[in-house]
Amino acid sequence: MIDKLPELVNADPAIMRWGRQMNETFLIEVGEAQYLLTVRAGRIESMEKGPLVMRAWSFAIRASTDSWDRFWRKVPEPGWSDLFALLRRGDVRFEGDQRVLVAYLMYLKLALAAPRRLSSP
Amino acid sequence: MTARLEAIVGRYARLSIEGRPHRVYFEEAGQGIPLLCLHTAGSDGRQFRAVLNDPAITRHFRVVAFDMPWHGKSSPPAGWEKEDYQLTTTRYTEHILTVARELGLQRPVVMGCSIGGRIVLDLALKHARAMRALVGLQTSAFGTRYYDPAWLNHAEVHGGQACGAIAWGLMSPLSPQAERWETVWHYMQGGPGVFTGDLHFYQVEGDIRARLGEIDTASCPLYLLTGEYDYSASPADTQAAAAKIQGAKVTIMKGLGHFPMSENPDAFLGHLRPVLEEIRASTT
Repeated sequence: MIDKLPELVNADPAIMRWGRQMNETFLIEVGEAQYLLTVRAGRIESMEKGPLVMRAWSFAIRASTDSWDRFWRKVPEPGWSDLFALLRRGDVRFEGDQRVLVAYLMYLKLALAAPRRLSSP
Repeated sequence: MTARLEAIVGRYARLSIEGRPHRVYFEEAGQGIPLLCLHTAGSDGRQFRAVLNDPAITRHFRVVAFDMPWHGKSSPPAGWEKEDYQLTTTRYTEHILTVARELGLQRPVVMGCSIGGRIVLDLALKHARAMRALVGLQTSAFGTRYYDPAWLNHAEVHGGQACGAIAWGLMSPLSPQAERWETVWHYMQGGPGVFTGDLHFYQVEGDIRARLGEIDTASCPLYLLTGEYDYSASPADTQAAAAKIQGAKVTIMKGLGHFPMSENPDAFLGHLRPVLEEIRASTT
C-alpha cells in the first residue's frame, strides 16, 4: 500500500497545499520495513525503502504491519480511522522532533491516509 | 431582501462571570422547553447549527447555544493578555449556571458534547434539581492524556492548523466531507491556547470517576449518546461511566464520531429527536 503513497499525494493538490511550507525528511516504519520520505514544499520528492543505516530524519512514525493494514482499509473500523486513534490505543509510536510532526499534522494525516483510495471496499 | 434567512438569531449578553464583566455571544431559535447546548473544547456554538435549524425540535424547545468566554464570538474578559486561560469544573459550571439564569432558562435541558458531555455528569451530581434533563454527547468520566496538548499552543506551530488536525481525526470517515471540514474550520478559528486550556478540565482536573455512583437519575434523567468512531471519548468510555450510574440511558451512534451534531447533522438529529420527545413526554 505505501508504495503508491508518493504518487497519490503528488497528484493531489488538496493534500499538498497543507504541506506547502514543509521541507523535511521523516521515517515511516511498517513493521520491520523502513521508508525514508523527503518532502519539498508539500511534494514527496523521494521515498527510499530500507534497510537504512545511520540516516537522519526529523521524526519517525512506527506501527505494525497489521496496524497499517487496518488504517489503510477503504473504510477503517472505529479505533483505526486516524493516526491519533492508533496513538490512543498504543499502536503507533511518534519519535524525534514532535514539533515538526504537529506543525504538519494536517498534511501528514491526509497524506498517510491517501492509500485508502486503493483499497477495495 | 431576497436572502434565505435561517431561523437562528444571534445576540450578545453582558454578564458577570467570576466577578468580571463578560460579553457573551449566544444563538437561539424556537420556543418552549429551554434546551441549553454546550460546545466542545476549543470550538463554539456553531456546532449546533442543525439543532437550532430543526423545526421538529424548535417547535417545542427554545434552543440556546452560547460561545463560552474566550470562544467563538465571546471575548475573553478584560486583562486576558496577562493570564493563561484554563478551564476548571467550577469555572465551567459557573458559565453554564450564569447563562441559564441570566437568559431566563428555567430548569433547562442541558446538552453538551465532549467537555460538555463531561460537565453534564457534574451537573447531574450537584445541580440535578435545577435541570429538567441532561444529555451527554461523547461523554467520558475522565480523558486519558494520550498526546501532549502543549504543542497546540506553541510559537513554532500554527495552533489553528494543529487544532484542526486533531479535530479532523476524531470524526467518522463516513461523515459528509463538507460538514467535517466546517467542523475543522471552527477549530482553526480558536484563540491561542484556548483548546489546550479547555483540555485541562477534560484531561486533568475534571475527573469525576469516583463520584459517578452518587448521580441520581430519578430526579433528573440522563441520556448519553456516543458516536462509535470517537477514540477520545469512545463508546467503551461512555459505557464504563454509564455502568456506574443507575438509570443512565446509553445510545451508541453507528457511523458517527466525536462531533455528532456538527460532523453529520442529519444522522445525529435522527438520534436526538426521539430523546427530546421522550424528555418532553416524561418530564415536567
